[in-house]
Amino acid sequence: MSRVHDMGGRFGDGPVDATEYPAFKADWETRAHALTTAAMPLGGWTIDARRHGRECLPPATYMALSYYEKWLAGLTDMLVAGGVLTGEELQSGTPGAAPADMQARKLTPEAVAAAAGRRVPYTRDVDDPPAFAVGQSVVTRTRPFNVFVAGGHTRLPAYAAGLTGRVLRHHGAHVLPDAAAHGLGERPEHLYAVAFAAGDLWEAPEHPRDEVVVDLWQSYLRAP
Amino acid sequence: MPHDHGDAPPHTLLPSEPELRVKALESLLVAKGLVDPAAVDAIVDQMQNHVGPRAGARVVSRAWTDPAFRARILDDAMPDLIEMGLTGAQGEHVVVVENTPDTHNVVVCTLCSCYPWPLLGVPPAWYKSDAYRARVVREPRKVLAEFGLDLPADQAVRVWDSTAETRYLVLPMQPDAARGLDADALEAWVTRNAMVGTGLPEAPA
Repeated sequence: MSRVHDMGGRFGDGPVDATEYPAFKADWETRAHALTTAAMPLGGWTIDARRHGRECLPPATYMALSYYEKWLAGLTDMLVAGGVLTGEELQSGTPGAAPADMQARKLTPEAVAAAAGRRVPYTRDVDDPPAFAVGQSVVTRTRPFNVFVAGGHTRLPAYAAGLTGRVLRHHGAHVLPDAAAHGLGERPEHLYAVAFAAGDLWEAPEHPRDEVVVDLWQSYLRAP
Repeated sequence: MPHDHGDAPPHTLLPSEPELRVKALESLLVAKGLVDPAAVDAIVDQMQNHVGPRAGARVVSRAWTDPAFRARILDDAMPDLIEMGLTGAQGEHVVVVENTPDTHNVVVCTLCSCYPWPLLGVPPAWYKSDAYRARVVREPRKVLAEFGLDLPADQAVRVWDSTAETRYLVLPMQPDAARGLDADALEAWVTRNAMVGTGLPEAPA
């Protein structure tokens, strides 16, 4: 089943605060964002593992923390789980020694400049042709679960589970987050933009022709 | 990887004020020789001074004035974006979706906050808010009205939920009042919100 981050369609949130802030609301947010980026080479986490780290926050914590507080909490937990920091270090503020091979992964200012604009695609070549064609109807997995790990990461939102949609676009084959988040390899699969009619998603759709499009991997889908 | 367990999660061991939490974490990582503060500064500089919605506005204004470019990016945006130097992290697989009198496009990431950084910069606070993520898929017209955008009843809404590493950029319709301008002048009409779908192009102030 899904975790607390999976909030699409949820009732109870108030109006959207469309206030314009600078890129960040406060300096510490900028620092939290940049520090997270700078720490990523230390554990070699995939983008999917990073997301899963935040999603593993207890629901009450996830809801209580602001956006960049979630990043900080997710980062801290990942650094400890990955052996980069210890709970004792966090508690005492006194650093212990770090292995030389981990220090060798430290991000340099030169590498930041070089990485800007570098594109590392998530598409992969696969042997099998796409199972579904543009225009075809598909049915999504009944529940948004990870087939490899109980409670694991997946990118099928709960609101789009167990429904019939139609393939709008084929994006090629992409790394499968459900595997990559858990160190299970990339297991690339064909990825499709699947359109769902608002009337199939919601009890009271605003407009009969409105749609929501969700990017979904082939193993999330079956023929009707 | 973090696991569900009964122990206090490590993040609870840090100070309660977020400013102090960031400092404590950075200090430890720097002292252990694992993070170079100059690299963190460089990332801050990159986010604050070198990315932003002007890049996306260049793409849109060019699409308004160059029909061949427009056709190419609607089919596959990446070759042109790579040539224009407008790619990088969170912009690896950009898909451009076009507004028409029949369909208005809106972008969200209900599961986290996916956003085309190389084209639009770091996402605004509202894009990352629970209210936007939760509501825009279910009641896009109400949410758009909160942005001051009231859509006609004969225009369908198509909400794109960025659940993969594809990043969506809305190509808004060129306003009639902006016909005949060149690409440079048009760029000033293209707001960030117009490229997410929560706004329309506006005459420059």
